[in-house]
Amino acid sequence: MTLLRLTGQGLYCEAGGFHVDPWGSVDRAVVTHAHGDHVAWGCRHYLTSAEGAGVLRARLSDDAPIQAAPYGRSFDLNGVRVSLHPAGHILGSAQVRLEHRGEIWVVSGDYKTDPDPTCTPYEAVRCHTFVTESTFGLPIYRWPPQAEVLHEVNRWWRSNQDAGRTTLLYGYALGKAQRLLAGLDPAIGPILTHGAVERMTAAYRAGGVVLPPTTHAAAMERADRGRAIVIAPPSADGSTWIRRFGEHATGFASGWMLVRGTRRRRSLDRGFPLSDHVDWPSLMAAIDATGAERIWVTHGYTAPVVRWLRELGRDAVTVETRFEGERADLAVPEPGADPTEAE
Amino acid sequence: MRSFARLYAALDETTATNEKVAALAEYFRSAPPEDAAWAVHFLTGRRPKRLVSSPDLRRWAAEEAGVPEWLFEESYQAVGDLAETITLLLPEPAESGEERSLAWWVEERLLPLRGQDPSVQREEMVRAWRELDRRERFVWNKLITGAFRVGASVRLVERALALASGVEEGAISHRLMGGWEPTPEFFRRLVSMDVSDADVSRPYPFYLAYSLEAEPESLGDPAEWLAEWKWDGIRAQLIRRTGRTFLWSRGEELLNGRFPEVEEAAALLPDGSVLDGELLPWLGEAPLPFAQLQRRIGRTALSRKVLAEVPVVLVAYDLLEESGEDLRPLALSERRGRLLALLARTPSAGRLVLSPTVELPDWAAAVDARHRAREVGAEGLMLKRRASGYGIGRRRGDWWKWKVEPYSVDAVLMYAQPGSGRRAGLFTDYTFGVWDGEQLVAFAKAYAGLTDGEIRKVDAFVRRNTIEKHGPVRVVKPELVFELAFEGIQRSTRHKSGVAVRFPRMIRWRTDKPASQADTLATVRGMLAD
Repeated sequence: MTLLRLTGQGLYCEAGGFHVDPWGSVDRAVVTHAHGDHVAWGCRHYLTSAEGAGVLRARLSDDAPIQAAPYGRSFDLNGVRVSLHPAGHILGSAQVRLEHRGEIWVVSGDYKTDPDPTCTPYEAVRCHTFVTESTFGLPIYRWPPQAEVLHEVNRWWRSNQDAGRTTLLYGYALGKAQRLLAGLDPAIGPILTHGAVERMTAAYRAGGVVLPPTTHAAAMERADRGRAIVIAPPSADGSTWIRRFGEHATGFASGWMLVRGTRRRRSLDRGFPLSDHVDWPSLMAAIDATGAERIWVTHGYTAPVVRWLRELGRDAVTVETRFEGERADLAVPEPGADPTEAE
Repeated sequence: MRSFARLYAALDETTATNEKVAALAEYFRSAPPEDAAWAVHFLTGRRPKRLVSSPDLRRWAAEEAGVPEWLFEESYQAVGDLAETITLLLPEPAESGEERSLAWWVEERLLPLRGQDPSVQREEMVRAWRELDRRERFVWNKLITGAFRVGASVRLVERALALASGVEEGAISHRLMGGWEPTPEFFRRLVSMDVSDADVSRPYPFYLAYSLEAEPESLGDPAEWLAEWKWDGIRAQLIRRTGRTFLWSRGEELLNGRFPEVEEAAALLPDGSVLDGELLPWLGEAPLPFAQLQRRIGRTALSRKVLAEVPVVLVAYDLLEESGEDLRPLALSERRGRLLALLARTPSAGRLVLSPTVELPDWAAAVDARHRAREVGAEGLMLKRRASGYGIGRRRGDWWKWKVEPYSVDAVLMYAQPGSGRRAGLFTDYTFGVWDGEQLVAFAKAYAGLTDGEIRKVDAFVRRNTIEKHGPVRVVKPELVFELAFEGIQRSTRHKSGVAVRFPRMIRWRTDKPASQADTLATVRGMLAD
């Protein structure tokens, strides 16, 4: 018997009576992190990491029924030992470890192994079955050193400033925006934020993450024009909201920006390949580090990852998600979609 | 190579025209002429003939990257550009080699690949990959795959050359026409202030018309306008200078040898004559369908049979040079008068035909003529201001093309395939079908016409409604209906539907129509009659 199985509401642990990242409202949800494709509204009970409880509350509501558990502490759900372990994706992101009758499963959620000052680093967890994401599961995805990318962002900001242009940098409001903030050099100029970013940034600060001072763009001063950098969700691009910044240059920080076509079809000035997911080499290294005998692949380029693993003699299968059959690209959320959506 | 790779990156990184021009001008100013000549060559869309076969290139790149071929193909599907896919997959270069010029890389490493044994080509490719840094590799791969588009139009390149050299843009544009070799001497002449540089083969830049979207009344007094049929042939410039004939296509391809009957007639023109017109298959008083012309395109070995069945003429509509004098600044009415007189005294046996005009007493006559265009074998009307000079490139105001309303059909999306370039990884290339009883029969492929927002929605639909996968092709649930427009329709034995259409594109997403109400094959075949 498998410890988890796929149901109409996503991954379900029958023995423990709970879902992991369910797709709809269920009785009991264990949530890896607060991005829209991992959290469903209206569950009667949420379990998430202590580090992530604040942002999850900011996403759901102040009185959402959230139970928080520190990383590494295990507890019992109907005889299944459950513990949460850092995933390094965004603040509070967790892998879910399940243990039942000697069988150990780990659900990765989204994760990265690169360092990120805004969240606890990823930790490899040994298991028999590893349920991994595969957002960037193709060998074309190899991140350039991320510190260099951030350095390049600062350089670009400075050169825009020299040309008298406001810098508009897009990134998902939860996670990417704060990672960008942590990497910006506040000595260059004022840092402004879009409302969606400001709200999540407040939740980060409340969670103890130190970020440079920011100003809500609504409170912008005239003198900030042509000097400031504005951090906004990608959905703000092309909207009337950006008119207030006068002459500006636009950039987007996302792993998808590694490919020219993705950047060019958005008509952006710059694309910065900064990702909160594992690239291909890190994905393979992470899978190896778990020592898993069985790999379930979900969220992303499932087919090539499964085939690759099988050709290496591994036992791998695809687990469908409701969120985009095979790929969550689209880097451009639909109008009206939640701008905090993850990449 | 490094500075050229930097230029490529700079052009790629900005969407602002001014910055592109500035980056180009800076390069042309600082690069040695041998490099600048190659840069102009590539940036204006000229490219080496394919040096390495694409399957070979894919295999070698996959081997060098240590990925199986299927994974290489999956990667290519996500990137949509072969040169970029290879660049992203290759391992990081250990250390980049000695800096060499663009000209050196092209002349010593790239061009010698031609005709080499594949095993030698493989060795040379791998060696180049290992010596170049990431940016240079990308440019190198672009040169190898021959798809050198960088978002700088020929117009921008000309503007930058003018800016860098002080030579007037029109002169630059003219000097770039026709055949030239990318040598340092060529580049020096290109940016030279000396204008006594006539080359007998060199065509003038073509003047192009914009589509008329408004009503013709918006053009003012019809008496100021000349109306001609818009033909569906090959736009060409016929040059007769110093006893030699040159026939150029708009794509600046020298067509000599392809249309001997036209060249024969051209030999009777006086020296220093340049005609602008359309090559058309013409029998008696009327053109043959474009499909007939296709029997002649690209063929130099012409049988007596094909020459008799598809004779080609030049329908001339403009005279750009007479007795060696550049007539382009003159008014169209003046040029046309001279053209008429020239053709009248040239015994061309009907191979050089004066483009007939359409009487234009009022705009209603134009509307009426446009409706009749298909009957005379034309695809619409050209409206040209009588007082206009002959311009360069596509300009708004004096020349308009006014095409007939296209045919249109409501068809069902059957298959989808990912696009390339900026549409990589998105399902943007579609096959549409119409009903034949209970069955859908594929009848047209279309890529163009949707907004980015619509493309994203169709893309999401394809992913959620895939019934079968055949390689990159998805068979989808027959649910979405689109109105397709196309310019012409022909019987075809090669298509299952029995028809082939020209320039199909999507003009509207018929969200109001269920698939069952899409058009039928009988309706489509019915269009063949008219």
